[in-house]
Amino acid sequence: MSGLDSPGNGLNPTVPPVESGRKSQTRRVFGVLIRIDSVTKRYPDGTVAVDRLSLDIPDGSITVLVGPSGCGKTTTLRMINRMVEPSEGTILIDGVDSRQQPVNTLRRSMGYVIQNAGLFQHRTVVDNIATVPRMLGWSKDKSRARARELMERVGLDASFAKRYPYQLSGGQQQRVGVARALAADPPVLLMDEPFSAVDPVVRKGLQDELLRIQEELGKTIVFVTHDIDEAVKLGTMVAVLRTGGRLAQFAPPAELLSDPADEFVEDFLGADRGIRRLSFFSSAGLELLTAPIVAIDATAEQLAARGATEAPYLLVTGLDGRPLGWSEPGGLTAGQIDAGQLLPYGRPFTAGQDSLRAALDCAVLSPTGWAVAVDAEGRAAGVVSQAAIGEAIRGAHAHAHAAGPEAAQKATTR
Amino acid sequence: MNVLHFVTSFFTDGAHWSGYDGIPTRLLEHLTYSLEALGLAALIGLPVGLVTGHYGKGGNALTLLATAARALPTFGLLVLIVMVAGFGMLPVMIPLVVLAVPPILVTTYEAMRSVEPSPVDAARGMGMRESDILLRVELPVALPLILGGLRSAAIQIISTATIAAYVSLGGLGRYIVDGLYQHNYEKVVGGATLVAALALATLAVFWAAARAAVSPGVRQT
Repeated sequence: MSGLDSPGNGLNPTVPPVESGRKSQTRRVFGVLIRIDSVTKRYPDGTVAVDRLSLDIPDGSITVLVGPSGCGKTTTLRMINRMVEPSEGTILIDGVDSRQQPVNTLRRSMGYVIQNAGLFQHRTVVDNIATVPRMLGWSKDKSRARARELMERVGLDASFAKRYPYQLSGGQQQRVGVARALAADPPVLLMDEPFSAVDPVVRKGLQDELLRIQEELGKTIVFVTHDIDEAVKLGTMVAVLRTGGRLAQFAPPAELLSDPADEFVEDFLGADRGIRRLSFFSSAGLELLTAPIVAIDATAEQLAARGATEAPYLLVTGLDGRPLGWSEPGGLTAGQIDAGQLLPYGRPFTAGQDSLRAALDCAVLSPTGWAVAVDAEGRAAGVVSQAAIGEAIRGAHAHAHAAGPEAAQKATTR
Repeated sequence: MNVLHFVTSFFTDGAHWSGYDGIPTRLLEHLTYSLEALGLAALIGLPVGLVTGHYGKGGNALTLLATAARALPTFGLLVLIVMVAGFGMLPVMIPLVVLAVPPILVTTYEAMRSVEPSPVDAARGMGMRESDILLRVELPVALPLILGGLRSAAIQIISTATIAAYVSLGGLGRYIVDGLYQHNYEKVVGGATLVAALALATLAVFWAAARAAVSPGVRQT
């Protein structure tokens, strides 16, 4: 949670946006700004894939293009590296028209990651990653050293270096794809549905990895997906495109969820956008009760004292402070507490670090209706009721509303 | 007398191992014709197949041409060209090349088309030159199939190069043609055995070439 609230953004520190360590303003930026200026792509048969699209893609952050199939998101991405040439309009990279340099020079300055990774099956992992440095004329040794460095960066064990793509899982292949795109340290990374072919667990891992890499490297990333959850999770800014290649809304994800521009965006966000929006509110403002917590070796006096708290249940913790389970106050006898007899406490949330969404989820899952908060070491930090979480949600909404969309934008973009 | 007996007596006869009609000379002649024809056919078939396969255009025209070329009777073509151009190397080379180009051309085209599109897209997106995409991305993956095409062309050439003997040239066909004329079946069977052995040796050479040239990362079917 450090570095979230930069001075002067006018946000009450009790409702800082979470999931946004990546959005801190202190990190270095190595990316460049991309300006898409009223770009149209019309095919010879008259089909319009992209219709007068204008977007200012901020440097050093992740901009997600999202929309249903046929909305022109991939075409837009491919126009940035001129895999598709725009029919009208211009694309400026760092202020320079993308048509001013030879097309291969332009492409070598941008990493390109596609679905299924598109690895070269006849080359080893390390030689796949070294492709662009080799094209740029680096020596074999230098390119391979760089490739090994990148394997580490994307979380691939060095033992994979000499393997061939068919020996890797889908997730590992996509890590190689990302490493290959980063090999020559390009300021821009273009990613076309890179994670849509892997299973949900692997996808989550890859997404977290991408956020971490972005945090470390500060690239300008343009990311295409049809998955709105992925867009909300990864995007600093999200551009929602509608069929026919027109822009429906361009906003930070929190604003998208709170103020969809029209019915199309609202439909596209789905039925639970209210719940999803809670991911942007921190659980730090929740008032945690510590009175209903007893240790497993509690004395009779301690148990008697706890019986009078406002919570209908007591949370029993082990000697290490970790939660064990719930019990009714009358059901506990000093010295004879049986951990096996306790009610399960569900999945705890990490106080201050997780969002209100996680806290609410814990409360909903818990058979007692109370959520258990733990600290970073997993020790019980307190308990909180569904009612108290509901109160915090209303407070967060009221605050976000009062601060207005500009404040929300400031909080989530640079 | 059975065939095996013919074979043993042919190969144990010392007279067959030396001189201008000896096995080494005829084998060398046969190999020379075959390699020349294969080289010429590859020179035509490989570049055309690689380029059309890379751009994915002209596939129908190629198939048509290949089918037409396959329908040409090799022996008829040989006689025809001898009538027009007279005796020499040319009437032998043309039918052999015509025979070998279709398998090389069509398999090379198909092999290039069978390369997955996503690595090609990735290569283009990272700024690789079109010629490098062809030679460094597509060719290594298409290589097993291309070698297969060259192999069948080579086998066909070796078994057909016997026709050189009909137009007074050498090669292993000499034994067969002369043997038939002289009613010397030992010679006929010996020549045929040599041709078969040469074809088998060619298979072995291509197998070794594929092992050496194809990356272990390319899964062979």
